[in-house]
Amino acid sequence: MHRTGRGGTALPGLVAATIDPFILRDLTARLPGGSAMVIGTNGKTTTTRLFGTILETAGLKVANNRSGSNLLRGLTSTLLNQASLDGKLAADMGLFEVDEAAFPKAQAKILPKLILINNLFRDQLDRYGEIDTVRKQWANTIKTMVPGTTLVLNADDPSMVYLARFAPEGVRTVFFGLDHPPLALTELPHAVDAARCIVCGTTLIYDAIYISHMGHYHCPNCGFHRPDPDFVVKAIELSVEDGSQFVLNTPDGPLDLKVGVPGLYNVYNAAGAAAATLTLGIAPAHVKEGLAKFKSVFGRIERVSLGDDRYLLLALVKNPVGFNEVLRMLTNDPVKRLKMMIVINDLYADGRDVSWLWDVDFEILAERLDFAQTGGLRATDMANRLKYAGIKPSKISWEENIAASLEKALEYIEPGETLYITPTYTAMLQLREVLTKKGLVVPFWEE
Amino acid sequence: MKLEIAFLYHDLMNIYGDRGNIITMTQRAKWRGIDVNVSSLTVGDKVDPDKYDFYFFGGGQDKEQYTVADDLQGETGRALKEAAANGAVFLTICGGYQLMGHYYRPDKGKDIPGIGVLDVYTVAGKKRCIGNVIVETEFGNLVAFENHSGKTFLGPKARPLGKSVVGFGNNAKDGQEGAIQGNVFGCYLHGSVLPKNPHFADHLLQLSLKRRYGNVELAPLDDSIEMAAHRAATKRAYATR
Ligand SMILES: [Zn+2]
Repeated sequence: MHRTGRGGTALPGLVAATIDPFILRDLTARLPGGSAMVIGTNGKTTTTRLFGTILETAGLKVANNRSGSNLLRGLTSTLLNQASLDGKLAADMGLFEVDEAAFPKAQAKILPKLILINNLFRDQLDRYGEIDTVRKQWANTIKTMVPGTTLVLNADDPSMVYLARFAPEGVRTVFFGLDHPPLALTELPHAVDAARCIVCGTTLIYDAIYISHMGHYHCPNCGFHRPDPDFVVKAIELSVEDGSQFVLNTPDGPLDLKVGVPGLYNVYNAAGAAAATLTLGIAPAHVKEGLAKFKSVFGRIERVSLGDDRYLLLALVKNPVGFNEVLRMLTNDPVKRLKMMIVINDLYADGRDVSWLWDVDFEILAERLDFAQTGGLRATDMANRLKYAGIKPSKISWEENIAASLEKALEYIEPGETLYITPTYTAMLQLREVLTKKGLVVPFWEE
Repeated sequence: MKLEIAFLYHDLMNIYGDRGNIITMTQRAKWRGIDVNVSSLTVGDKVDPDKYDFYFFGGGQDKEQYTVADDLQGETGRALKEAAANGAVFLTICGGYQLMGHYYRPDKGKDIPGIGVLDVYTVAGKKRCIGNVIVETEFGNLVAFENHSGKTFLGPKARPLGKSVVGFGNNAKDGQEGAIQGNVFGCYLHGSVLPKNPHFADHLLQLSLKRRYGNVELAPLDDSIEMAAHRAATKRAYATR
């Protein structure tokens, strides 16, 4: 995901990287507190922000790629923007969100002291190649980690546990995971990537499934299994409005934590950020405060008041797993009826192939939707998907133009009601432009 | 009336949302009052060649494809050959399509054998063929999305599914897409292909019911959403390539 060309966030880096290819290594080496990196398919932006908020709460000045340029050029420009003319950096520590594909290069240039990896899902395969390929690439990159550094991994994702095998001697591996049976699913959802053992190919046995292929698993054939995590999330209480509360069991005892963003996947993100910062020696009180004060990242999940007692809730969707989680969150309340707007574009940053919509379990909406408006370049694909998910065609309406589509949707929203909007990445950008013109949200570059 | 569907290697060969094809066949049958049963089958399951009217076989990743190819060399492959010979309908896509052919020849290493019910073979290619496609066929135009590096060539017993109007097609050379041999269909069409090509879906549905029930007249459905998606995809195909 990169926003180059929109506000030019990556331009200084382009110039610098051309002048001196080693400049990034040179710049990061000057950070007194070293660097940390966040990798993963889902939730890495939120996780990076949670991580950063905790560090800042602890009083550290953090250099990070906030504006979303998470490729190497963006990293370089981030550091250059924050460097004074004599090359001194104003930051104590670097924290970088790194794109799947950029991980090997970023590792070589930054040599972080901690790498946090959230998960590995299928995400826009036309850009990143197959999951096996990505996993192999990550494994090879992990092999180059330096002794004394730390790898923080999600124990509930089999790919992460597999990756841990590649950590060289002297690299510490730390696991986090969930243990809360009431929230476990009994069946693997359709968008699942890793139902089979990565080592031997046998079907994995799950005792609990939390999101997609993440849960408590073991291989009946070769013994590959989820390790007991160092940081365990228990007693989760989810709420769409107030975020989630949970207990994090740490090697130093339990912590009561609260994270201000809703959804079970944000519990994973919070647990990862907490595990990483506690491992870095941040005080538990700062972790707790940082997580609690965290507000939603641009576009991931955002509430907007229309000013007339009507509301919008925006949740970015970019792959089946993320979309399924948003649907799960929206249908959490068994009696609530939903009015939705789903905006699907098929540009490069969205993924050009919309096949993935057929891996999202929209069937869960069948008895729950009052009406659905679809929009974007693939408004009709989306409308068709809803029809085949069992939603009555009379409840579905489509309009490619996003501004017009929003106007149509708003006609159905009564005072006191919320329109739930799920756009893909470029659709979100367009939608924000439409909302900004209505005087509603602050553009992301001003946040 | 009842339609028996087999979803072959559902957990291994399901990478590009091809499940949409099963959903489409199921719904279009149910909307016409036809019962449907979908059996999700995988490595180690026994396939009864007499049971199923429609087989779906999608695309997977390389690693999974090796596992599946291996399994196809045993009992399952024999059952599928028998089913194909008896007129069962197959829709196979991408990796599934390749494994219905004689072999897949990777860059390095030995050929991966298929089951040869389609007279086609596939050779690994360097350049990935990705993008929106339009294919002109005897069932009408099909709109879809291709994403493959393998190049497939047809022998004399198979005929192409259609002509590539937009897109690379089977091998980026001969301007053709897919293959048909008897009731076995193979192609590189993701999207998913059936939901926004309802004419093709109904052709397959009719063909699938024929073996057990003879010529079945399918009640017409309101396909206005499907065809709106078809038109939009056509527009995107011309706009993006
Ligand atoms: Zn195993």
